Amino acid sequence: MLRTKIISGKLLELQREIQGYADEFGLDYFPQVFEVCDYDTINILAAQGGFPIRYPHWKFGMDYDQLSKGYRFGIQKIYEMVINTNPCYAYLLEVNNWLDQKLVMAHVYGHNDFFKNNMWFGNTNRNMMDVMANHGTKIRRYMEKYGHDRVELFIDKVLSLENLIDVNNLFETNEVIQSRREKEKQASIEAENDGYVMDDRSQALKSFMNTKKKDNDAPVEQSTGPEPMMAEQNTAKGEKDILKFLIENAPLEEWEADIIGCLREEAYYFLPQRMTKIMNEGWASYWHSSILTQRALDPNEFIDFADKHAGVMVMSKQNINPYKVGIELMRDIEYRWNTGRFGKDYNECPSMHDKENWNTNLGLGREKIFEVRKSHNDITFLEEFLTPEFCNRQQIFTYKYNPRSARMEIDTRDFEAIKQKLLTQLTNFGSPLIQVEDSNYKNRKELLLKHVHGGVDLDMQFADATMRNLYAIWKRPVNLATTYEDKEVVFNFNGNELKAL
Amino acid sequence: MDHPIKRDHSRFRKIVKGKVRENLRKYVSQGQQIIPKGTDKFTVPMPSIDIPRFRFGDQSQGGAGQGQGEQGDPVAGEPGENGEPGQGEAGEGEGNKELEVEMNIDELAKILGDELELPNIEPKGKSQIASTVDKYTSIGTVGPDSLKHLKRTYKQALKRQMSMGIYDPSNPKVVPIRHDYRYRSADTKIEMENSAVVIYMMDVSGSMGEEQKEIVRTESFWINLWLKSQYKNIEVRYIIHDATAKEVDEDVFFKTRESGGTLISSAFKLCKHIIETDYNPDEWNIYPFHFSDGDNWSADDTKLCLSLMDDYLLPNSNMFCYGQVESRYGSGQFYKDLSAKYGTESDSVILSKIKDKDAILDSIKDFLGKGK
Repeated sequence: MLRTKIISGKLLELQREIQGYADEFGLDYFPQVFEVCDYDTINILAAQGGFPIRYPHWKFGMDYDQLSKGYRFGIQKIYEMVINTNPCYAYLLEVNNWLDQKLVMAHVYGHNDFFKNNMWFGNTNRNMMDVMANHGTKIRRYMEKYGHDRVELFIDKVLSLENLIDVNNLFETNEVIQSRREKEKQASIEAENDGYVMDDRSQALKSFMNTKKKDNDAPVEQSTGPEPMMAEQNTAKGEKDILKFLIENAPLEEWEADIIGCLREEAYYFLPQRMTKIMNEGWASYWHSSILTQRALDPNEFIDFADKHAGVMVMSKQNINPYKVGIELMRDIEYRWNTGRFGKDYNECPSMHDKENWNTNLGLGREKIFEVRKSHNDITFLEEFLTPEFCNRQQIFTYKYNPRSARMEIDTRDFEAIKQKLLTQLTNFGSPLIQVEDSNYKNRKELLLKHVHGGVDLDMQFADATMRNLYAIWKRPVNLATTYEDKEVVFNFNGNELKAL
Repeated sequence: MDHPIKRDHSRFRKIVKGKVRENLRKYVSQGQQIIPKGTDKFTVPMPSIDIPRFRFGDQSQGGAGQGQGEQGDPVAGEPGENGEPGQGEAGEGEGNKELEVEMNIDELAKILGDELELPNIEPKGKSQIASTVDKYTSIGTVGPDSLKHLKRTYKQALKRQMSMGIYDPSNPKVVPIRHDYRYRSADTKIEMENSAVVIYMMDVSGSMGEEQKEIVRTESFWINLWLKSQYKNIEVRYIIHDATAKEVDEDVFFKTRESGGTLISSAFKLCKHIIETDYNPDEWNIYPFHFSDGDNWSADDTKLCLSLMDDYLLPNSNMFCYGQVESRYGSGQFYKDLSAKYGTESDSVILSKIKDKDAILDSIKDFLGKGK
């Protein structure tokens, strides 16, 4: 099965050379391992999110289908794959030409530094390769035991809820995670021993007696009642980590809870990458560009490099190219902090001429971007550093659907509108914000979720299908409170059809 | 051993084809056909399954892009199309779903063949049509410099020098003279080729609407494409009919709209006539295709059609294909009549019902899947 091999010979020499430049520029990275492989292997790896072993599921087959067709039809080609592990593994395509390999290596050192230092990645598991393989083994075993179709069907349902996680959980420290694990274990043991019927009754009774004092009751309940199930029921309101909520509260068999646990762990692992796409790619591109143009390129490679680089940076009218916006914003920050173009004095300077020629020779640019890569994610990155001048220079616009012409049209180039649009798109990693509102809705053990409406309606067709999947796990009717077409509405799925209440 | 992802892959292919997990098939994105756009550009949609999630309705959402343009200028394409170029990186990302590709007909036919798992056609009979091909397989004493054969020229010069006794082994210099030069020259060969004729017949009576014709047009495009990749020499003839039949060119075939009754036998008679006059069945692979909405004037005429098929069309063609396009007005009777007589598994009479545009690929597979 080993389809990749560690680089040797000239490539290894090249790695040493590039690593030397990375050190010189002050990049701080995990030990870097490069392996080469053929295009089929890199397509497989890419389809599996960069990992050699995953659990069996058709979605990996689907991604592989698309990637390999894309390659065969000559539409797309993956040069490189890098994953957030320690040591950091990266895969090179063996047919890449020399310049590609140079570029890719430099780019990878950028990603590696970002993985290691960006604080959103701080709690990601750097042994994910093993964890993924273990999940694969577990799920394969469950398939042998309970049947392939049955387990796959369940995984489909969980994947449908995969984005219902809480970004704040990325900052749980190890201790917090530890105590949560124990809680989960205890909960699952209890669920097994007593069954949820018991709990169901006590819950029903309790809320019957305390309907009005429910919220006030919570802290008391937590301190006196050692039963985590009871505590959970009351504190569930506002829970955004719906996968966790289900593990703890849904009537699941042990293997089902375990699978949700696996998939949840993987979802959290990938979450920081979704939250820092622009920064991560911008940072890596900044470094491949700097390392190559200032150090690694032979004179005869400049034109080819410029061509390659331009290909990666191509602007699109349909969406923001994270490579382009990322690198340009990094450079803009570096320039502003080199020349002192920030802060009260600069912002409130009344003279356009002075502003235009502002330069305090501050020279803090490099230092600033290292700091930025450490503490920001895409949202805060754009929130803090996007400027009207930048948007203007980068020709950014917003577009929207025009129902009269039935097409997407350029809407505006107004700075505030652009910023608003970009931030909205990035909020909650691009997923609607959904939280638990009541786990015993109408005192009927129904689930009530709340969509925190940020201006954009849900796709109800998808919501319908998702709620069906949720129903299959919760096993009682599922409700969703949202705003749809400017009306507040609660949708109810009772096992047969989705209805607005 | 193959990588485990191949199992995931074949599982996915089975789901897409609806062989397993019927419940998932409804999420398979629509429009699996390759759509011709202009002459050599095609959109190749990748089949994909959307895992349902809570997500934003995207029509109202819009997005942000980069580039020139004034307010109100269209933003071509849909958001999400054309994924990012260049390096990929670990993590989640939306795959490209529809890709626009420029490719030539041969490549396209190959993709079609791969996608539908079409077998290559084994031509019937012997290759009968002679064509001449020039192949540079022989050597001549005259020719242009560009075809000079250096090795043979050298050999000739060496032979001459040795027989004349002027070759000196200690100073092995070989100088060719005018007479020694040799050139590659062409042999003309006669090659026998397989030829095929496709005869399309379509009912253009009032009940066949625009949508039905569009289906026939798309379907015939793909059938032609595939047969062209299989036969070097292919001719296509078109017949339209209502109560009477006439031969027309391609343009008229797809545009005509007549009204009136339907006598399918009229088309079959004309088809027979065309074969008799122009295509000797011993030399040609003959493919009659008939498309209609299944209405025929009378049971008597249907009887006449069946006897025409039995007596002449079937024995003389590779296979006879009937595609029934669903229409609001059509009764679909003809399909029933044919399947009653020949069954749905017959090798010589292939029947296919084409419900809508999405069924075109399945129907092409019905027609061409036999390899005849």
